[in-house]
Amino acid sequence: MDVKAILMIIVSMVFINNFILSKFLGLCPFLGVSRNIKPALSMGLAVIFVMTLSSSITWLVYRFLLLPFNITYLRTIVFILVIATFVQFVEMFILKKSPALYRTLGIYLPLITTNCAVLGVAVLNINTFFVNNNPVEFSFIYSMLQGFFAGIGFTLALFLMSGIRERLMLNDTPALFKDLPIAFIIASLMSLGFMGFTGFNF
Amino acid sequence: MAKNNNLWQEFSKGLFKENPIFYIVLGLCPTLAITTSLENALGMSGAVIFVLTFSNVVISSIRKIVPDKIRIPCFIVVIASFVTITELLMQGYFPILVKHLGIFLPLIVVNCIIMGRAEAFAKNHKVIPSLLDGLGMGVGFSLAIILIAGMREFLGTGKILGRIVFRCFSPSLIFVLPPGALLTLGLLIALFNRIKKR
Repeated sequence: MDVKAILMIIVSMVFINNFILSKFLGLCPFLGVSRNIKPALSMGLAVIFVMTLSSSITWLVYRFLLLPFNITYLRTIVFILVIATFVQFVEMFILKKSPALYRTLGIYLPLITTNCAVLGVAVLNINTFFVNNNPVEFSFIYSMLQGFFAGIGFTLALFLMSGIRERLMLNDTPALFKDLPIAFIIASLMSLGFMGFTGFNF
Repeated sequence: MAKNNNLWQEFSKGLFKENPIFYIVLGLCPTLAITTSLENALGMSGAVIFVLTFSNVVISSIRKIVPDKIRIPCFIVVIASFVTITELLMQGYFPILVKHLGIFLPLIVVNCIIMGRAEAFAKNHKVIPSLLDGLGMGVGFSLAIILIAGMREFLGTGKILGRIVFRCFSPSLIFVLPPGALLTLGLLIALFNRIKKR
């Protein structure tokens, strides 16, 4: 286990290659759920949870099911099914164990299935941690960490954006720019800020 | 005649009136990520039109067989199959384009437009209107990303389709970088709001 590699995954996923602001994954929830801070944080937590576990599950499925049978071209279909099933399962589990949390997350849970960030990180894990269809050393742990910290990066961007948008509601923006256009322009400025991390290295 | 008019409407509403990107604001991830050059946008357009049209047709033809409760997983499987077909075809014929589009080619599965049209239209309409709806929405999406990609490529690199347009124009790199994508889309949506208001 290389500490440097782990640190690099953390910094890269949270700042340099932030999923929302520099890779454009998961923009729909980013704009849809960022009007207030509280739902934004709930959504972020749900995404972190789902991304971490679905990264590990898809890694296992790829390594022990798709590779041995030589059917890697079915990757997209299998991954999206795994994620959809998993999200459904999480929903049932939370409903049973903690109805209060279920009410907070509410409609955001089923929405996670169509969040490109979740499928995105699964595909990205396979692309980075399998060299010529052979897993690199500790690739399972790396995949899980990548999923977890991509989720943290997603939540960070969502949290910052919702804070800004809450204040923006009280401001007098030009009528044409109300709501979405101004949100895009703010996201653009945030993305400009995050570009400052480019080239950061250990 | 009235029927023909209706069918034309199913097709044309996606082009402008209900343009998936500018008015409904769906399917943003590929819109912003792959619009760094016009060539990528054209490739993406082809893929999305293909997947959207065929998945709409299939979903509308199986709409009476699929039980309501498990419809979403069923739809996703249909969409994912067409995406896989596209992926394999493109790997065969346009390997360079596949490299450019990268992760966003498999991610067409989770493009909200496709699932959105399946849920909102194909699920409760006949095959022919669904086909036209898919085609129209696909073309509307394509027009939007081609417009964005054209603007970004021109402002960011001074070229269109890899050819220099004006010699005396000094491009600003920011437009091909991520912030430029968000800025362009924000300004374009504001512009379309203005057109809609008139």
